[in-house]
Amino acid sequence: MKLNPRRLVLISVPYAWLLALFMVPFLIVLKIALSDTAIAIPPYMPTLDLAAGWSGIRDFFSELDFENFTWLAEDDLYWKSYVSSLWIATVSTFFTLLIGYPVAYAMSRARPEWRPLLMMLIILPFWSSALIRVYAWIGILSSEGYLNQVLLALGLADTPLSILNTQTAVYIGIVYTYLPFMILPIYATLEKMDESLLEAAEDLGCTRISAFWRVTFPLSRPGAIAGCFLVFIPSLGEFVIPSILGGSQTLMIGKVLWEEFFNNRDWPVASAVAVVLLLILVIPIVLFQRNEEKNA
Amino acid sequence: MKRSMSVFNVTTLTLGLAFLYLPMLLLMVYSFNSSRLVTVWAGFSTQWYGELLRNEQFLDAAWVTLRVAVVSSTIATVLGTMAAWVLVRERRFLGRTLFSGMIYAPLVMPEVITGLSLLLLFIAIGLDRGILTIILAHTTFSMCYVSVVVSSRLVSFDRSLEEAALDLGCSPMQAFGHVTLPIIAPAVISGWLLAFTLSLDDLVIASFTSGPSSTTLPIKIFSSMRLGVSPEINALSTILISIVAVGVVVAALVSKSQIARREIEEREGQK
Repeated sequence: MKLNPRRLVLISVPYAWLLALFMVPFLIVLKIALSDTAIAIPPYMPTLDLAAGWSGIRDFFSELDFENFTWLAEDDLYWKSYVSSLWIATVSTFFTLLIGYPVAYAMSRARPEWRPLLMMLIILPFWSSALIRVYAWIGILSSEGYLNQVLLALGLADTPLSILNTQTAVYIGIVYTYLPFMILPIYATLEKMDESLLEAAEDLGCTRISAFWRVTFPLSRPGAIAGCFLVFIPSLGEFVIPSILGGSQTLMIGKVLWEEFFNNRDWPVASAVAVVLLLILVIPIVLFQRNEEKNA
Repeated sequence: MKRSMSVFNVTTLTLGLAFLYLPMLLLMVYSFNSSRLVTVWAGFSTQWYGELLRNEQFLDAAWVTLRVAVVSSTIATVLGTMAAWVLVRERRFLGRTLFSGMIYAPLVMPEVITGLSLLLLFIAIGLDRGILTIILAHTTFSMCYVSVVVSSRLVSFDRSLEEAALDLGCSPMQAFGHVTLPIIAPAVISGWLLAFTLSLDDLVIASFTSGPSSTTLPIKIFSSMRLGVSPEINALSTILISIVAVGVVVAALVSKSQIARREIEEREGQK
């Protein structure tokens, strides 16, 4: 292929932008994760001294080490928050599937002329700020909130339930925020499904329920798997939901990274936390891509 | 469809939509509550909207947010469309795998990591944090969303139309302007809208990359939220939700009428 100037500009401008503002920052994080904390500006050691030439570069690399990662392994705050993030993301993904699947199923059984409207109703919340949608739950879940008012008025509870600032509130927040991500891929597979397959199953003696488990559910599995990854991956590194609804008791790694950086001003540890989080995320991301390629 | 909706399906849909909408509706209703105690209804009042309009900090933050969103989504649309073109049309060039990796990675990158890495870059090159750094950060992640939206349209694009334009004597730039761009325009516009709302809503990345003089609205909202529920935040949220809802509904209606018009034109053309 010839390399004309137009083509060169088209490729190099976005390429250069992404290299400068995505790749380089990431390498800086990696480098600082291997540096030591220092009481200085910037608060880490060593800094690269290019003026010293080759020996400066060699000194720089010889001072990098994995000390921060050892520190992450030794202090149980960090591995507890990784485990807790994985747990919270898993539980929330499970409940999102439990709620999202029936909704997607009902959508796919609605009359065709209603479906675009239903789709829009599911997508619409996604366009408005997640921050505000999570915030809306404070008023519902707090001890004098709407939920407790209803429960007390109906006599279903004697004392107000404390849900806000617990892990339960974080589950609710994640399910609420990411529900559209679960519904849409499941709906997409169910909508394509050939209705006559169900009729065939019923003609062959299946009850409607066993026809669902033997025909509909297996056919919708790729959508359900994709939905699970689309919920699991972003909720693992979530910051907004645990910090608004989770209180100080809920450990999640996104929140730990934030506090390490803004409150403790420990940049090397924050960077090491980020690197480990990325390494953990690689597994679900690769699995997700495999699932997508298989069903493409 | 022969089967009508069963009771089970109607109930599920109703409950599902109630779950999605009830929290926001409660928030909007209680923004008109006259009491400062947000969860106790004490009568209708619009006083919190008045307080909001007199609150200079919120107005300043809104102005910063709007400028950042307009500028970053516009640059992101240009860069993202270029990137989409490269992804779809340029099958072979040096470092293509890295390029597509850098387009898709930011989509799955946790916001805290994107924010942290960009901040460390800005500090390393000695760029003072302010509106410019937020714009750079927002452009970087939203251009990836734009390129995903636009490339899905480019993939299904009939290239013979472009070739026809070239055969009829158009320069490549003219062919792009007269043929390609009008056809992919809906995707470019929805890419811009997506970039715009992503920028409006972003808290985490803006918190890392903003300076003391450039507080955006989500940062301001977040710091007030930490003090608990407040009627001003309810009022502000109501305004923001309404703007987004109206915008999305109008965009949907416009695209629906465009599709209808195109179908009519195609039918006329076949006659």
